[in-house]
Amino acid sequence: MSQTLIGPKATPRPRVITTEPRFTDKVFRVVVTSGGMISLVLLGLIGFFLVFNGFEAMRNAGLSFLTGFDWVDAIPEENQPASYGIGAMLYGTMVTGILAMIMGVPVAVGTALFLSYYAPEWLKKPMVVVVDVMAAIPSIVYGLWGYFVLMPHAEYWAKLIHKYFGFIPFFDMPAPVFTRSPFIAGLVLAIMITPIVTAIAREVFAQTPLERIQAAYALGATKWSMIKAVVIPYGRGGVIGGAMLGLGRALGETVAVYTVLNLVYDIRIEILLSAGGSVASMIVNKFGEADPVELQALMAAGFVLFLVTLAVNFLANTIINKTARE
Amino acid sequence: MSQTMIINTPQKPWKLTPKQLLPDLLGAIFTVAATFAIVAISPLKGKLGFALTLITMSILVSTAVSWIRQDRKAAMNSTTTVLVYIAAAFVIIPLTSVLYEIVRLGAPSLSFNMFTNDMSQTASEAPLTEGGLLHAVVGTAYIVTFATLLSTPIGILTALYIVEVKGRFAGLVRFFVQAMSGVPSIVAGLFIFAVWMIQLGNSYSGLAGGLALTVLMIPTVARTSEEVLKLIPADLREAGLALGATQWRTVAMVVIPAAKSGLITAVILGIARVVGETAPLLLTLGGADALNLNPTQGNMSAFPYYVWKNLLLGSENAVSRAWQGVFILMVLVLIFFALARYFGAAKGAPK
Repeated sequence: MSQTLIGPKATPRPRVITTEPRFTDKVFRVVVTSGGMISLVLLGLIGFFLVFNGFEAMRNAGLSFLTGFDWVDAIPEENQPASYGIGAMLYGTMVTGILAMIMGVPVAVGTALFLSYYAPEWLKKPMVVVVDVMAAIPSIVYGLWGYFVLMPHAEYWAKLIHKYFGFIPFFDMPAPVFTRSPFIAGLVLAIMITPIVTAIAREVFAQTPLERIQAAYALGATKWSMIKAVVIPYGRGGVIGGAMLGLGRALGETVAVYTVLNLVYDIRIEILLSAGGSVASMIVNKFGEADPVELQALMAAGFVLFLVTLAVNFLANTIINKTARE
Repeated sequence: MSQTMIINTPQKPWKLTPKQLLPDLLGAIFTVAATFAIVAISPLKGKLGFALTLITMSILVSTAVSWIRQDRKAAMNSTTTVLVYIAAAFVIIPLTSVLYEIVRLGAPSLSFNMFTNDMSQTASEAPLTEGGLLHAVVGTAYIVTFATLLSTPIGILTALYIVEVKGRFAGLVRFFVQAMSGVPSIVAGLFIFAVWMIQLGNSYSGLAGGLALTVLMIPTVARTSEEVLKLIPADLREAGLALGATQWRTVAMVVIPAAKSGLITAVILGIARVVGETAPLLLTLGGADALNLNPTQGNMSAFPYYVWKNLLLGSENAVSRAWQGVFILMVLVLIFFALARYFGAAKGAPK
């Protein structure tokens, strides 16, 4: 009968000690890494496909795509070539974005200061909820509200501003149409970016070293002197970053701006006049009836918008991260 | 058995006595009285005039009171205090107005048959008792489900890569995800249109809308999950590894269960972020008035699209329909918001 022999060959080998991850871990790492890379890839793909589809339009128009004023479809019967330029829209986007910052950022920073240093305990929590809910409201809601509720009021305010400050070129008025102006669009955008800027500013203020605050109070500072001497110098970078994040949001806003802004392919400095521009809104506006050639131009416009908002966001995040790390 | 107990009432020496509060109180009364007086006699009128006068007067009075009682520094302090309170009030006003108007204009015309009918047999101008938004309910359900199914794994894997694997590109991925959350929603729509429609030759569908929202939802899920995972104590991971578990087992059996409620919060916050997105849907859904049960083919509607369409039509009943849609959309957003807070509060997740 056969017998299993236990010979010297079968002595267990000493265990190999290694830092090499096991097979399951290798699989895990590969899966997680590829999952993590998807966002990077996606961002690259967005840029690539917009360029890919819009390249023709950008090449045809050259630099005038960025500086040109008009958006004219080709009319073959009259031998007129298509001419697409987003200069006016780009300018309008900047104007409404900057107006939103001018109106929104001071309020947001004030609110952040209020929440961090002024608010009584019982008011803090509900107030934070208010700001969070504001951030959660979809832009279509702001669009509807802005058009039907805010605009009648804002029109009246614009008339007052024109009446008393009309001598300043910005508030001048060539034609008495006060609805759907960059001023009103800026107002709606200001409301929309306030929660973001408030949240970032509050985060930054919360990191102010407590010792310095206490030191300022111990030296007899009033609340404002303390804020001026400690909180603002410490949090300045973060607040600027937060404001830029808000600007990025404002530049890319589509639906809410579309309802309260009259798109006009012209560059005007009068912000109360019913004529403005927005790249994002223009894309929605023109998308419906666009032929393939115009679609390419819209893709190119989307790419420009993508680049601008990405650049603003990069800069903002770099500033915020730098401030947060210090 | 007489036992005297001495209870020390807590002292609050910092609390202002009524006497110290008197000037402030008088100042406030004076401010309001003066505002009424000014509005009554000057050409300023209406709510705006009243508000402007009240703001100016409260700044002036509180500054003056502090200056007289103390010095310039105290006056400066009073001025800024009033300004900060005004800023906070400015934040509350629009939100109150938005919510109030949505309820005022959207709620009265709500009825049950809205949820059982679509608009295929009804003109937008028809009375609100006819037609409904069943097609939008179904569309939003499909689109949000798609976006959630796609973005949840990607978002959580991204967070795991940054926090658990800490790969070579962790910093880069983190930075790009941050930047991605700033990508305008219209660009996401254009991107899906360029790839899904132009390159791959598909037509409008619910799936395309879901894909566009996925692009927007990933960064929210990833960033919130990252914060949640960072809050899991390193002790737990080390305990798992010390027991001989592989990293995979540690993450799957220890870290993720510990972070469960936070990860749910992340997903819900992501849903709340995209459920009301309009611009990308305008480029990908095609819009429909009839109920479409096939999410992979045929034009689809959704709440934001329904609102948009009726808003552009502009007739009285259409606008009422838009407000109805906004009301329901807002209820949805607030439900998700409340759910996120509920799960977030469960285990000290962020926000």
